[in-house]
Amino acid sequence: MTDRIRKAGRHTSQSEGLIFEKSVPDKRGMELPPLDVPAVDARQALGAAYLRDTLEGFPEVSEVEVMRHYTRLSTWNYAIDLGMYPLGSCTMKYNPRVNEYVARLDGIATEHPYQPVELSQGCLRILDTLQNCLVEVTGMDACTLQPASGAHGELTGLLLIRAYLENQGNPRKKVLIPDSAHGTNPATAAIAGYAVENIRSDANGQIDVARLREIVNEDVAGLMVTNPSTVGVFEQHIAEIAQILHAKGALLYMDGANMNALAGIARPGDFGVDVMHLNLHKTYSTPHGGGGPGAGPVVVKKLLEPFLPVPVIAHQSDGRLTLDFNRPKTLGRMRAFYGNFGVLVRALAYALAYGPGIRQASEDAVLNANYIRKHLEDLFDLPYKFPSMHEVVFSDARQKKNGVSTTDIAKRLIDYGFHPYTTAFPLIVHGALMIEPTESESREECDLFIHAMRSIAEEAATNPELVKTAPHTTRVGRLDEVGAARKPILRWTPKATTEAAD
Amino acid sequence: MRYLPKSPSERREMLAALGLRSSEDLFTSIPAACRLKGPLHLPGPLSEMEIIDYFRARAEENSRGYTCFLGAGVYNHLRSVVTDTLIQRGEFLTSYTPYQAEISQGTLQAIFEFQTLMCQLTGQEVANASMWDGSTALAEAVLMAERLTGRHRVAVASSVHPEYRQVLATYAHNLGLRLDELAFAASGQLDAEALRASVSAETAAVVVQSPNFFGVLEQLPQLAEIAHAKEALLVVAITEGVSLGVVRPPAEADIVAMEGQSFGLPPSYGGPFVGVIATREKFVRQMPGRLAGQTSDHDGRRGFCLTLATREQHIRREKATSNICTNQALCALVASIHLCLLGKEGLRELAEQNLAKARFAATELEKIPGVRRAFSGPTFNEFVIELPRSVKMVNDALLREKIIGPLPLGSFYPELTKRGLLCVTETLPRSEIERLAATLRRILSTPV
Repeated sequence: MTDRIRKAGRHTSQSEGLIFEKSVPDKRGMELPPLDVPAVDARQALGAAYLRDTLEGFPEVSEVEVMRHYTRLSTWNYAIDLGMYPLGSCTMKYNPRVNEYVARLDGIATEHPYQPVELSQGCLRILDTLQNCLVEVTGMDACTLQPASGAHGELTGLLLIRAYLENQGNPRKKVLIPDSAHGTNPATAAIAGYAVENIRSDANGQIDVARLREIVNEDVAGLMVTNPSTVGVFEQHIAEIAQILHAKGALLYMDGANMNALAGIARPGDFGVDVMHLNLHKTYSTPHGGGGPGAGPVVVKKLLEPFLPVPVIAHQSDGRLTLDFNRPKTLGRMRAFYGNFGVLVRALAYALAYGPGIRQASEDAVLNANYIRKHLEDLFDLPYKFPSMHEVVFSDARQKKNGVSTTDIAKRLIDYGFHPYTTAFPLIVHGALMIEPTESESREECDLFIHAMRSIAEEAATNPELVKTAPHTTRVGRLDEVGAARKPILRWTPKATTEAAD
Repeated sequence: MRYLPKSPSERREMLAALGLRSSEDLFTSIPAACRLKGPLHLPGPLSEMEIIDYFRARAEENSRGYTCFLGAGVYNHLRSVVTDTLIQRGEFLTSYTPYQAEISQGTLQAIFEFQTLMCQLTGQEVANASMWDGSTALAEAVLMAERLTGRHRVAVASSVHPEYRQVLATYAHNLGLRLDELAFAASGQLDAEALRASVSAETAAVVVQSPNFFGVLEQLPQLAEIAHAKEALLVVAITEGVSLGVVRPPAEADIVAMEGQSFGLPPSYGGPFVGVIATREKFVRQMPGRLAGQTSDHDGRRGFCLTLATREQHIRREKATSNICTNQALCALVASIHLCLLGKEGLRELAEQNLAKARFAATELEKIPGVRRAFSGPTFNEFVIELPRSVKMVNDALLREKIIGPLPLGSFYPELTKRGLLCVTETLPRSEIERLAATLRRILSTPV
């Protein structure tokens, strides 16, 4: 490194070392007020056997270095604040900042989960109001806010079904899952102790009702359906599907990942769904934060209410709220305390901003998806022709003839200033391009995206190498993911990084 | 609506481009019987100012103005404005899971640093990108131990946080895992002889927490020896991460499940927090959750990407190590920034301050007739006191003085009535600790 120019170019294009590599002994970035009680000798207080001797490699940096380090790292990220994030099924919509503000209020962020309920009426009122909103939007009867994410909500939902069936004497053996489902569905069923039976989609990407009728029997606990499905279409026979399951004593679980297409338009509770989860980090705009935190509340019909996780919010006769732990049929507890409260605060702020007007958000989301579909369907293969809801799924069949895959097109989108769409999912579409603009995109942004995609389609035909080697404008190029998995380096150590650092 | 960037005429033009007359036409694929007939009955719409007013009003209905001595898995610690400023940068706050490595290097490098920090703190070799919280991390750690050993019994110390044990029981129930609860000794520590008697060739894991729910440190080397003698794994839960600034890390544990809330996250009525799983390198392929790894691009530039994804649900579906997808990434970032600010010396000083404050409080309280510490084992910033009357009765009197007193243990442990769990961190000034002692003395000197 000695002979090289050490600083040249914009900071976004140069290397920012690991914080550990910046560390110099005897620096710190945070000072504590002086101790106002007698100091204690830790060795004496705890005993030598319990005492920590070293904290090898732990960073020692100043405040300004921490500020610069993380600010520089942040500039290497794409973000919804920068532009469109057309990730199908992930629903990257605008995250209103007032939600951040209220979640940080003194008296909201500062509350301890074990403080007396008399001193928690504000928190409980927030939770109760959000529950009511979610129940109304989904047409269900009751709600738990405990699950920390969509997958955690799925598990809660399946355990509710299990507890209900167990209460009837037989938890049953398997859960049916369409082949178009998200990977969390089968993974969740396994953790809930169920075998998974996959069911094939029909030619329209819909659940094959005739096939379903054949396989639903007394071994089936339930069906997990995503509606609108992962190919972005409404399940035409959803009411009939519910009847088939109910006739055999099985229940209908709905993955609510795509509820942002339905809010104000149709309610799962009205078309036979018994239990569903919502991803508040999707439909209710809470920020993804680079992968979390989310929240996955579960709403249920009356028949499942006795089995909800403890505690549940209860109304006292004096109008005050309390936490009810005395629920003999409860499935138990899904996590400590009451859920990702700070995320729930943000979701309620979003719900209050819209009120019944949430319907307009659904309309705009569906309008944007169909607008993009209309302007791209002449250039990209559309495997399922059924009307789109909030997302449209193309395949790379036409570009593949020139050796250009969905991943290549996605990477090339980066050079046009967009985040890639979802690739390689759903599994029933080979080489899928799953595009979900959400309601947060203006017509101008949609037009820019359409222009980029049309331009890439042209490049794929005339200059495929350009697309296959994209992105060309990022700080790092395509990374060696195979190498990363073959010889995993999962933490910094002085030794592991010296070879690769330059 | 301010969040929607389209004018009515733009909507009309876009609909016209689709050959549609109204937005109703967008939904013709939904069968009529499934459509919502009327409007939703929801509160709102509210302007930004009205939203702020609404939540300020809710904040007034909570505990403002009270001094709180609660811990029990959620701790009040100093937080720097630097942390909150940084995580509100849109590029962190509003970015997605870093599957597209080329435009997510910021998040990926931050995860790699988080994994490193967690390894350094816990004395383990690998740590993941985060779990939902400490309680679900513990349940997942136990499922991991089951996969690694092929055994189906788990010995759980009853001094593990009661709600963590409840979550574990929920997970275990459906998977045929049997949980055996182990008693604590007069020290508040796990009874080593009871453990020795309980661990067998069927035991997948021994589960303890340190500091445990009573604030008492466990004798981990000895417990590890007992577990390992029967080839069972030692799973150690940690709810108070700040303890690791001064307490020996659980290096002999096979899996550590930690709650990282103490690293800069506010109590926030119980979440969002950040769960951590850390373990030995040889167990990494049975780990749940995302992992960031170091690699390079075609020009040899260092970069980071998510790796070992064949463990995860989006690749392995029902054979995955866990169903976790969305984790607590932004909370992990909070923890990283907070720990970098504190640094090696700051974390040690913080831990020593907690030790000193809790010692001071315990000493002051023990001067009150009838009040004594319930357990003799070494403690960090929490301890159990025994009172001459019911904790509830005492707490009601303390509330009148705007003090939120000890957590009554009787509801979790019927044998521990008249015992309460107190937590004293660096955030409580000496004057408030003295006010607690004086108020408690007055309450207890008043006849019932």
